[in-house]
Amino acid sequence: MSTNRGLVAHHFEDIEQQRDVEAFGMWMFLATEILIFGAVFTAYTVYRLRYAADFEAASSKLNVLIGSINTIVLLTSSLTMVLAVHATRAGRPKMLMICLLLTIFFGLTFFGFKAVEYYEDYEEALVPGLRFDPGEWAERSPPANAGHVQLMLVFYYIMTGLHAVHMIVGIGLLTWLVYRARRGTLTPARYMAVEVVGLYWHFVDIVWIFLLPLLYLAGTHRASDLHF
Amino acid sequence: MSDAIVRGFVPQAKARPPRTPETHYLNVEYGVKSWLLTTDHKRIAILYLIAVTALFLLGGAAATMIRLNLMTPRGELLPADTYNKLFSAHGIIMVWFFLVPVVPTVLGNFILPMMVGARDLAFPKLNLISWYIFTIGGIITLWAILAGGVDTGWTFYTPFSTKAARTNVIPTIIGIFISGFSSILTGLNFIATLHRMRAPGMTWTRMPLFLWSSYATSVILLLATPVLAMALILVGVERAWGIGIFDPDLGGDPILFQHLFWFYSHPVVYVMVLPAMGIVSEIITCFSRKPIFGYIFVAWASVGIAVLGFLVWAHHMFVAGQSVYSAQVFSALSYLVAVPSAIKVFNWTATLYKGSISFETPMLFALGFIALFTMGGLTGLMLAALGVDMHVHDTYFIIAHFHFIMVGGTVMAYMAGLHYWWPKMTGRMYSDFLSKLSALIIFVGFILTFLPQFVLGYLGMPRRYHVYPPEFQILNVMSSAGASILAVGYLLPLIYLIWSLFAGKAAGPNPWGATGLEWQTPSPPPPHNFDETPVVTSGPYEYATEEITDVH
Repeated sequence: MSTNRGLVAHHFEDIEQQRDVEAFGMWMFLATEILIFGAVFTAYTVYRLRYAADFEAASSKLNVLIGSINTIVLLTSSLTMVLAVHATRAGRPKMLMICLLLTIFFGLTFFGFKAVEYYEDYEEALVPGLRFDPGEWAERSPPANAGHVQLMLVFYYIMTGLHAVHMIVGIGLLTWLVYRARRGTLTPARYMAVEVVGLYWHFVDIVWIFLLPLLYLAGTHRASDLHF
Repeated sequence: MSDAIVRGFVPQAKARPPRTPETHYLNVEYGVKSWLLTTDHKRIAILYLIAVTALFLLGGAAATMIRLNLMTPRGELLPADTYNKLFSAHGIIMVWFFLVPVVPTVLGNFILPMMVGARDLAFPKLNLISWYIFTIGGIITLWAILAGGVDTGWTFYTPFSTKAARTNVIPTIIGIFISGFSSILTGLNFIATLHRMRAPGMTWTRMPLFLWSSYATSVILLLATPVLAMALILVGVERAWGIGIFDPDLGGDPILFQHLFWFYSHPVVYVMVLPAMGIVSEIITCFSRKPIFGYIFVAWASVGIAVLGFLVWAHHMFVAGQSVYSAQVFSALSYLVAVPSAIKVFNWTATLYKGSISFETPMLFALGFIALFTMGGLTGLMLAALGVDMHVHDTYFIIAHFHFIMVGGTVMAYMAGLHYWWPKMTGRMYSDFLSKLSALIIFVGFILTFLPQFVLGYLGMPRRYHVYPPEFQILNVMSSAGASILAVGYLLPLIYLIWSLFAGKAAGPNPWGATGLEWQTPSPPPPHNFDETPVVTSGPYEYATEEITDVH
């Protein structure tokens, strides 16, 4: 106990209980998050089944190359995140700092690609209410229902947008960890903050793993479509 | 701790008058800052008490206007638009800013950590943050309601809320969305506390039943609230963007919104009533001086209600256009919820049987709960039947039914709990006579307000109209008269409870002679609840199993 003095908040019996509670709390928060995304995934699935052909037509216009690259970027960021947790527990502050900065870097890279993609979507008139051409979809063979295509695109923006909001929160948390690492308060005895942020970061990655097939891989893509 | 718990001990026989301890959580620090930055669960409970009481009065004021308007068939008092905004405001405030938070955040916050023998909740800072989130959400919603109002009803049904309504839908939604996170964080805090912070020896089956029902409630808050959040985001996006996923012009389905909405809003009914049931379990045993009948059944009935509560949402949509088959399944599942609810009522009754009953104020409220909840529950069974529901859908029968559960159930039990734990929270006793009088007034006023509404609904008076045919006037006047009695019943405690803070007798640690860890510590409790972490060696309701021996 004496070695942990100052570590344990007043209402806990010992450090084990405190660590236990901190991880448990984050797991429960993730349960809530699953239900947030679950609601919109369910709504999407309802229409995906009802208007299968039109959703596939809309999906084939999304940029699957950028979507795939971003998947790799995020998976790599999960690796550096896990290494950051390992570095904290092993007491290697330099490696911890490098891993945290790399994770942030990959997060920002994701946003860079995403911004390019959103811009392209705008250029290709894939933004309902802002820049969208219903006639183009009616002239296709087979023709697609422009209303249903817009429905799919609205989902695309809401789902990727909500994911992006979570990424921003995650990068904010990582920045806070960098600040703490600089001040040297992330010691092997105080590794829980990194662990808990790590749980959150992995969750946000996993959401993307579901978004990729739901949104991008629903339609057919030809090799000639693979471009920036 | 010399006058620690004496089980089965009758307080009146005590020789020395009880004293208030020198330092306790209320006087350990002074000043606004010490309250607004506190992480003490007891002080946060008081902050919540002030917030929800203010909101209850506002919601009640809207109800008063509604009832005044319905005194006459032509509704001379209010224009139709204003009436729509008032019943929306009443529903929104009462559901999200009173009924959902009231028992968990006020009584739960105060009592739950003490019941498990902990010094605080698992996340004290999060607890304070959730009060701020609640307050900010409440202020935004109130601003939206006062600066123009919203006329969608509390349900925000699309496409009315997304396309037709010309009122403050988005600000209201933002307020509710924000306050939802307060619910989630409170639920999360409670679950973590119940899993990881129990005192040595406090096994799951030694937990007071209030904790079981709080646990079930917290699970619902954690898993249902996010779905509402998403549904509200989708409505807000559609309204702001002018294009969205419930938009029938694009092939979107407004019924989908109802599914998402009720996936939250039906389970949340059990958020309102489960903690109420927990309170009643505590009080019935205490004032019957008997262990609860069938502890394990009552405990698991809470879990059963929480689980089944997630599977019945579409019984709100029997006439909305869903398939006959799903309507039948949801009807059958809705009947099933009656089983755990009935288990509770039967077990409370069996606990009373041959008990040594004393009619203290909390007991009067708790008995009122059982009577009114039973009526609300039985009419709920009528509504779960497809044929009857077709007939009375969207009529005052529904209004009467859910007010029997919400007001007759939840508010009654909240009053019971508030009167039960008030001596613990403040260290003071309130007026015995006035509190019993208010219990009586509330019961009579409630019956007079809502019983006529069953008849009105059955005769076909639809809800949400500000005018009605003249033949319904006599029943409406009865209802409005009852509402005025009810208002007196609710205002009276406000007066004598505040009065008790200044002039009430010192309560002593255990004025009711109750079991449970919260009664083993002085009233008001010290900042860290217990001087030493208590060790639990027996079940929660060991009444009458020990002789009255230790009277100092």
